[in-house]
Amino acid sequence: MSTEISPAPKSGVAEEVQQGPRVAVSALVTNLREYGLILALIAIMVFFQFTTSGTLFKPVNLSNLVQQNSFIIVMALGMLLVIVSGHIDLSVGSVAGFIGALAAMMMVIWPLGPLSNPLVVSIVCLVIGGAIGAGQGYWVAYHRIPSFIVTLAGMLIFRGICQALLGGGSSVGPLPDGFKALSSGFIPDVIGPLTLVPPTVNAAGKTIVGSGLTLHMTTIVLGLVAVLAYAYFGLRARRTREQHGYQAEPFTLFVIKTLVTSALALFLVYQFASYKGLPIVLMVMGALIALFVFVTKRMTIGRRIYAMGGNAKAAQLSGIKTERLTLMVFVNMGVLSALGGLIIAARLGQAVPAAGLGSELDVIAAVFIGGASAMGGVGQVIGAVVGGFIMGVMNNGMSIMGVNVDWQQVVKGLVLLGAVVFDVYNKNKG
Amino acid sequence: MTSTILEMRDITKTFPGVKALSNVNLSVEEGEIHAVVGENGAGKSTLMKVLSGVYASGTYDGAIVYRGEECHFKGIHDSEHKGIVIIHQELALVPMLSITENIFLGNEHAKFGVIDWNANETRTSALLKKVGLKEDPKTLITNIGVGKQQLVEIAKALSKEVKLLILDEPTASLSEKDSQTLLDLLLEFKQQGITSILISHKLNEINRVADKVTIIRDGRTIETLARKDISEDRIITSMVGRSLDDRYPPREPKIGEVVLQVKNWSVYHPIHAERQVIKGIDINVRKGEVVGIAGLMGAGRTEFAMSLFGRSYGRRITGEVLLKGKPIDVSSVSRAVDHGIAYVTEDRKTYGLNLIDHIKHNITLANLGGVSRHSVIDDLRELAVANDYRKKTNIRASSVYQMTGNLSGGNQQKVVLSKWLFANPEVLILDEPTRGIDVGAKYEIYTIIARLASEGKAIIVISSEMPELLGITDRIYVMNEGRIVGEMAAGDASQEKIMRAIVRGEGKAS
Repeated sequence: MSTEISPAPKSGVAEEVQQGPRVAVSALVTNLREYGLILALIAIMVFFQFTTSGTLFKPVNLSNLVQQNSFIIVMALGMLLVIVSGHIDLSVGSVAGFIGALAAMMMVIWPLGPLSNPLVVSIVCLVIGGAIGAGQGYWVAYHRIPSFIVTLAGMLIFRGICQALLGGGSSVGPLPDGFKALSSGFIPDVIGPLTLVPPTVNAAGKTIVGSGLTLHMTTIVLGLVAVLAYAYFGLRARRTREQHGYQAEPFTLFVIKTLVTSALALFLVYQFASYKGLPIVLMVMGALIALFVFVTKRMTIGRRIYAMGGNAKAAQLSGIKTERLTLMVFVNMGVLSALGGLIIAARLGQAVPAAGLGSELDVIAAVFIGGASAMGGVGQVIGAVVGGFIMGVMNNGMSIMGVNVDWQQVVKGLVLLGAVVFDVYNKNKG
Repeated sequence: MTSTILEMRDITKTFPGVKALSNVNLSVEEGEIHAVVGENGAGKSTLMKVLSGVYASGTYDGAIVYRGEECHFKGIHDSEHKGIVIIHQELALVPMLSITENIFLGNEHAKFGVIDWNANETRTSALLKKVGLKEDPKTLITNIGVGKQQLVEIAKALSKEVKLLILDEPTASLSEKDSQTLLDLLLEFKQQGITSILISHKLNEINRVADKVTIIRDGRTIETLARKDISEDRIITSMVGRSLDDRYPPREPKIGEVVLQVKNWSVYHPIHAERQVIKGIDINVRKGEVVGIAGLMGAGRTEFAMSLFGRSYGRRITGEVLLKGKPIDVSSVSRAVDHGIAYVTEDRKTYGLNLIDHIKHNITLANLGGVSRHSVIDDLRELAVANDYRKKTNIRASSVYQMTGNLSGGNQQKVVLSKWLFANPEVLILDEPTRGIDVGAKYEIYTIIARLASEGKAIIVISSEMPELLGITDRIYVMNEGRIVGEMAAGDASQEKIMRAIVRGEGKAS
């Protein structure tokens, strides 16, 4: 009778036994790309540390590096979701430029009274950024116009409005100090500084800038708390997994990963503490990175975006409202472009017509270096962030070395191509 | 006097960690139709890829002797040069190019790089005549049906002066009628001396045309049967490695009240606005009942199901849907799902799965709320759900972290099914649930269907395989040209009765 056809074949049993080690190996292989990327970043940093004779890791330069490149990473977070959902946004540089100009006009030129307060202006600008994203996303999501075309139009439109707003070629400034703090400010030292080595005093009785060693204690404490929390939550996640009878990653791998990450983080924290402390923009960026990691890894909306990018039709037939989701991805991109624009303006202290010009390409490059697929459905937040830092470190390092800007572009182009070729090669091999 | 055209000796092919083929032998005589059968994952496609040079010589062990000489194909070009042409399960045609352009793609009649379209089209017309396809050579591929596309593929093979034609499940997505045409064509080629290797799941087709059958199981040749020894039972026994007395699981239907009722459902074509695809359909399904919808390809069955499922097909949809007597709104997929309706697509790769993601994420996609709180996914709960359904539907994979794109057709189908089972529907619409999957996996799917019915779900099965409908359903609707043209209890139904209803329906429609 039919009972002879047992639903459990012999081969299935063999697979069950092999499952344990295979899962561990496959977890390692899938993470290899992420580790490889971080290793590449470290290698690039070490390379520039040597070629710039130690300037790269100087506390002042680290602060500069963060302040110059944070807007790329902020926008890369939005771009990652756009690219994962199978689209592209070419307009982000122009939108950032336009928002910077708008913010400057509201704060400096237009008589808005109390509404020209930097906080109010920033919020209004973020809302307008979201509206721009919605405007572009509407055509992409509901009329199925290719995002490349819609955002290419947006790129032209908003660069044009940006220039018109600033009245031709002129710049608008200076921007209020409260606003500039977004980019050039540091967190206040509520604990108070700790002087380890008193600064040298010259013959005229003035202290020599950069001499001595004073630590920004709030930074140190925040850094320690963050590292401890990271280790604690890592351990706790492991324990719950094991309690539920699932295999966690090998313990040694976990320990090495945690130690390396913590050591790196503490080193950077120490460097920041020995200058003026943590830049505000770094805190903003860090919070956003944490938020986006959480959204993409743990939240249903993140999962839906990946599913939509992987197979839009299947996602739709699984009850996912793909149109609305696409719109939301573009709204998010618009808000982050606006934030990027505010950060640029705050760093420059003024709005200029060329603000953010060409930055869309750096942002897109960061996402692709970070391992996202141009076909959609694949890509990690951490990858995009590391990709952004790779671009930033190369910009910064080559500038210090005195490499011509023209050749910097050549090098960046080669790194982008190399990273993606490596990725494709790896995939085909695997 | 027959001579051996192809001999594959002791072919062994290993992939990292898996021995896909071990010492497979295949001997094909000139001018015969040689069927190769085996369960999905048995190694048929791998064997054909070895033969056609997709896996270059050197990456496998063993010898290929073709027309008396040992061959070392480095790529598909080498094998095509010798007259071996393979037509894959997934057609390799460019949709936006014409029939002519597709047939001569990469092989155009040209002088100094300038294409002579007249010459190409004349040749195309001749080739189309040979395969019995009445279409203008200028017609775009996208505008003809799958059956005709298959014929274009064959015409393309003929244009390459084929001596050995390999067809990988050519009728998997064809209607009964198109399948017959194709099989007749194979018989005609045989008269002309073309040798064919036919990979198929459909045993009745093999019975009809094959001169010999080689059965492969778990990467090994089990046996080769001559025409006189071919019988379905014998083939099935060899394929699954166990005797198979009953192809459908036994079931004691316990049928309750009407769960889903569709009244006067009409749908228009999404592009050709004036064309009515579904013309006033009334059907109902009861609790614990399995209802079949029979019909030929193009009868509108899939269109009906998809329009019902959140208006996923068509325009100007009118009609009423009642769930347990109360009208419900099914105007979007999420609303339909919320009301407990699920639709398992006929085309799992295009509409069912995210092929670049793993099993776990695919299973929970239609019911993320079931594994999350406040929109935050509980990773462990999700893993537990995925493992649970993997066990329940017997998905064969190394773990739930295996990419669905790397699974065999049967296992992919089980993942799609799991996805919808986890959404916990009351009404489950299964569209061609066993298309392109092997006998063993089919039985498992039937078992799942039977279990769901006994749990009180209402199930609609759309299928082009009439024996399947007769074997697993309680009641059958027959559909033709957008209308229900017959309804019968499965006990009273037969293939002839269903066909008669279709033919009569055709007369009525015109």
